[in-house]
Amino acid sequence: MTEESTADGRERPGSEWYDNEAGPLVRPYAMTGGRTRPAPAGVPFDLIALVTRVPGAPGADTTVLGPEHRTLIELCRTETQSVAELAADADLPVGVVRVLLGDLVELGRVSVSRPVPPAQLPDERILREVIDGLRAL
Amino acid sequence: MVSQHAGQAETTDADSSALALKILVAGGFGVGKTTLVGAVSEIRPLRTEELLSEAGLLVDDTGGVDRKVTTTVAMDFGRITIRSGLSLYLFGTPGQDRFWFLWDELSQGALGAVVLADTRRLADCFPAVDYFEHRHIPFVVAVNCFTGARRHEEREVLRALDLDAGTPVVLCDARDRASGKEVLIRLVEYAGRMHTARLLDSVR
Repeated sequence: MTEESTADGRERPGSEWYDNEAGPLVRPYAMTGGRTRPAPAGVPFDLIALVTRVPGAPGADTTVLGPEHRTLIELCRTETQSVAELAADADLPVGVVRVLLGDLVELGRVSVSRPVPPAQLPDERILREVIDGLRAL
Repeated sequence: MVSQHAGQAETTDADSSALALKILVAGGFGVGKTTLVGAVSEIRPLRTEELLSEAGLLVDDTGGVDRKVTTTVAMDFGRITIRSGLSLYLFGTPGQDRFWFLWDELSQGALGAVVLADTRRLADCFPAVDYFEHRHIPFVVAVNCFTGARRHEEREVLRALDLDAGTPVVLCDARDRASGKEVLIRLVEYAGRMHTARLLDSVR
């Protein structure tokens, strides 16, 4: 299939799946059953979209949810988390997290907020608060 | 409160009060983006599996690897919690040019950007400056004062980069927390001014 070798010239088993910088190609999406798009049609969740656990939703049962789903629910149990944080904390690629979150939204386990649209930048009061907050860091 | 539209990812009353703001940190390879994000926030690596865009395909040698459609891109990001329900997220943009397509998603809805510059390799930050200028995303140029680099006046950098008058240029030390904070403060102030100016324009 390919005659490419790694940067240092070594042939590794399965090296046809790698180039010098890229990581694994297909494997991450195995956890999503091969799906690369979240179930609900529409815009993908923004990196800073906030994920909140739906209060009163059934706990992390094992019947419908995979271990990665449960990890995500667990991670936003105490605090609202952004999509980026969930991906970093669960050590999953963002694309995979988006698909899994789509499932959880469909199942009514979490809600995902849309971030502020670009045209509606936060008002001056909020920006002032941010500046004061940064000074106080 | 559980929204009836939970299946459509609508904002529910419960979380509409939470606000997340996004700031991008851009600049050439090795200019100190990771250092800056790490100096002011708790930094974490983020992996994305990206579908290779056509632009990426031109650069990536995919010959003979026909089934390779995604590639892993690593980015840095950090969170600064201003207060409960108000957080600032910093994203270090991937340095390699072939990941430009990722910037479009990152810059969507961004409050603004920091373009880190190294005066020894000033041209490295031209693409970032162009990018944000064309998209009217407020940005400040932060000159990372590496030891050994000649100190430049803000005005010189402003002229060398042919920036619009008023674009803030800040000398900084990306390793220093106080210095990094100052850069972010200048950006937020500038973004606020730009936003107000645009609002005024729109009602004229």
